[in-house]
Amino acid sequence: MNNAASATLSAKIVEPTIFELSSPGRRGVKMPASDVPTTALPPNHLLRSDLPLPELAEVDVVRHYMKLSKFNYSVDDGFYPLGSCTMKYNPKINEDTCRLPGFLFTHPLQPIETVQGNLALMFEMQEWLKEISGFEGVTLQPAAGAHGEFTGVLMMAAYHKSRGDLKRTKMLIPDAAHGTNPASVGMLGFTVITIPSDSRGNVDLEKLKAACDDTVVGMMLTNPNTLGMFDENIEKVVNMVKDCGGLMYGDGANLNALLGIVRPGDLGFDVMHFNLHKTFSVPHGGGGPGSGPVGVSQRLVDFLPSPLVGIVEEGDDETAPLYDFVTPKNSIGRMKAFHGHFGGGLVRAYTYIAMHGPDGLKDISQYAVLNANYLQARLRDTYKIPYDRICMHEFVMEGQFEGSDIRALDIAKRLMDYNFHPPTNYFPLIVHEALMIEPTETENKDTLDRFADALIKIAEEAKSQPELLHDAPHITPFGRMDEVKAARELVLCCWLPENYDASQ
Amino acid sequence: MTYIPISPTERDAMLKTVGVKSLDDLFDAIPKKHRFPELNLPPALTEMEAAAHLGEMASSNENVREHLVSFLGAGAYHHYVPSVVDHMLRRGEFYTAYTPYQPEISQGTLQAIFEYQSLMATLTGMELSNASHYDGATATAEAVNLAYAQFRGKRKKIVMSPTVHPQYREVIRTYSQGMGLEEAGDEPTSSELSPEALTPLIDESTMLVVVQYPDFFGRIHDYTKLIEDAHARGALVCIVANPTALLMLKTPGEMGADIVVGEAQPFGIPLWYGGPYLGFFTTKKSYVHKMAGRLIGETVDSRGQRAYVLTLTAREQHIKRERATSNICTNQGLLALAAAVYMSTLGKQGLQEVANLCYQKAHYAASELSKLDGFGLCYPDPFFHEFVLCTPKPASEVNQYLLDNGIIGGYDLGKDYPALQNHLLVAVTEMNSKNEIDTLVEILQEMSHE
Repeated sequence: MNNAASATLSAKIVEPTIFELSSPGRRGVKMPASDVPTTALPPNHLLRSDLPLPELAEVDVVRHYMKLSKFNYSVDDGFYPLGSCTMKYNPKINEDTCRLPGFLFTHPLQPIETVQGNLALMFEMQEWLKEISGFEGVTLQPAAGAHGEFTGVLMMAAYHKSRGDLKRTKMLIPDAAHGTNPASVGMLGFTVITIPSDSRGNVDLEKLKAACDDTVVGMMLTNPNTLGMFDENIEKVVNMVKDCGGLMYGDGANLNALLGIVRPGDLGFDVMHFNLHKTFSVPHGGGGPGSGPVGVSQRLVDFLPSPLVGIVEEGDDETAPLYDFVTPKNSIGRMKAFHGHFGGGLVRAYTYIAMHGPDGLKDISQYAVLNANYLQARLRDTYKIPYDRICMHEFVMEGQFEGSDIRALDIAKRLMDYNFHPPTNYFPLIVHEALMIEPTETENKDTLDRFADALIKIAEEAKSQPELLHDAPHITPFGRMDEVKAARELVLCCWLPENYDASQ
Repeated sequence: MTYIPISPTERDAMLKTVGVKSLDDLFDAIPKKHRFPELNLPPALTEMEAAAHLGEMASSNENVREHLVSFLGAGAYHHYVPSVVDHMLRRGEFYTAYTPYQPEISQGTLQAIFEYQSLMATLTGMELSNASHYDGATATAEAVNLAYAQFRGKRKKIVMSPTVHPQYREVIRTYSQGMGLEEAGDEPTSSELSPEALTPLIDESTMLVVVQYPDFFGRIHDYTKLIEDAHARGALVCIVANPTALLMLKTPGEMGADIVVGEAQPFGIPLWYGGPYLGFFTTKKSYVHKMAGRLIGETVDSRGQRAYVLTLTAREQHIKRERATSNICTNQGLLALAAAVYMSTLGKQGLQEVANLCYQKAHYAASELSKLDGFGLCYPDPFFHEFVLCTPKPASEVNQYLLDNGIIGGYDLGKDYPALQNHLLVAVTEMNSKNEIDTLVEILQEMSHE
């Protein structure tokens, strides 16, 4: 007997899979009859023998996915303070603008004179992101933050290579960095040098100084960092890296703290990726699609991925300019097919920026930072905050208590019983039992108070009824998972029930 | 204050709790000379103004539903999307959730993606699928990463057919520039050769062979023999497949492929000017530990209920850091849901109807077009819903003539293959009526008489 069948037989099924719901001969949406003369199909040896896919009626499909949707917790349901992910409210108007027929039904390879609206939007978006970040050039092509990071690291490598500076193979990365930073570097075969943080959560300047030499590609710095701290020595850090010939990479994951507050380009960064799905309200979609444009300083503009959108004929009072795709001189090449996450990414983010303007953008960051500091202040007496100063848009506290076996995971799971999504846990790695809390600007004081009250209550429960936390969550539709079983048995697919034997 | 739900009174109370006087006081750590820059951006629009402004931008495009008749494919296809698909995507429970890190409150996303994995593995005839990649091109580049990791960098050659999508080949070159790879096969002059022409290029240093199915020119090749040859030399084979074609054609799994990737945009995702789309990635169980991307597995919860979790996370960047196969973090979760709902709503029979309509209409178009003086099919091979039309004038001129008549003719292959200036790649789907096809034929007839 195969694993899938055994797991299926022994466990209670809350909602069958779409395959289990299938019944042969049931019909969903039908297609029209053919209106052209019939051509014979290709010879049999080129045809598939069977198409064992589910057969359902439309109502079956709707009820199935509706039921599944109710098993999810989402921003539309409630507070989602997942640190580093910026789970802000996603305005509903974005859902309408990104579905305008002019955007939905344009093909990426259409002649450019038929898609000037799209190109104008992309051009303006490039200009706006440059203005917001203080960079000289922006590519909209990368599909997500990690993809933007990889783009940035490729440009850094190309820059040094173009100067014949081939001995540079070391990338400096603080110990608080996101895992995508070293992974992006690994994709190019560079060596990662980890730089520790000091007691105030800043880059340790002595250690940085020791690592700076003529083999440094550059430094990848998240600022504010993953502790939620703005590096108090940022200018010194940038200068040290630049003095040894390195480039500064800024991880834009935490840009929600900086809109209208400071521009990374002004601080001397050479390259930074934006996360349109964090900072600019593109919904997270259960894990994607994201959108990860990249901004660069003058030194790197010629290396941007191709193509960019440019003006090829200037307009005047009566005629609009003509936009077209242009290729930078020393471009690293293409990062994906076509032009980036246009419809689902750029149009939503464009709508959002257009509705905020310069003052509205500054409001976003000021209130994101206020909300984080307010929560930090409310929790300071109950939870240990290892780097305790004014934070930016998020902060990190320890999810453990002296003399107790309660861990961050237990606290996270217990929060679900109070109807909150847990914070990010076990990250950053430099804080024991880390709980990383990012409230965003779109939460009101009542929500923040209820959340702080819940965490304070949970700290009491940890003393008086620890089993409540160990066994949590209690009121969710599902309990804790057997993750070992999942990894050991590796049941990654299901099939139509009648095909189980055939599939083995 | 567009979406900020905090009143001035509440703000002041919160500032007091924090212990600062004003919002600006929260930013003392920022170097003073760069603090609070004036951003030169247009003033804020209200929702009503933004809706009108975006509406104007969108309607200044000519789209393929309202203004233009399109026979353009080349990696993005105009298909009918059943109404149900967008209704499900618009559920806030799906689109405003994040990666299902907390499985107790994310079973909706987890089960939907598990079902997507199952549907894609069934479609390609492979053993498993991951939770998706950014698009078909990056999924193909991740196949190169897998092969590189599988041979621990000891094999460094990829053999790539010149009839893999030109942009996919570009992306592979961009991705692999740190690996020191050797490439063979990707010569535009050999685009007319049979797949077996690649065989002599495969040797003991070859890690991966990449071919497309149907190929970029729309041709259907049976790669069984090529795959046998590659396996005999220890190399892996990746097939880049069109999912609509797989509804009808022999599966790459049946041919023996090791990795099957592709662009699942045709399954319920709008053209959207090129993205976001959905890269699918399916393979054999033996390669699962080297595969990038998120993966959902079945398990049980503490209450004995069947449930789903992110699994084999030790492969991924947040654990392995610089030793990970890829830096990939997200998948295309919401669009994987779109593909799952699309496949479920049409079901086995509806999907077969889509494939058959594409095939029939493309063959009708090909047959009528090749009757025109000076026009003809460039290749004799079987095709599915896309074919190369040889034109009496450069394809760019043919396209301009058609555009003047409200038709996007197809993709000018001369852009990527300099020897193929008079080659037009034409795609036909269920969206093209017989009437549209007949009009295309008529206008080209007019053109050839001018």
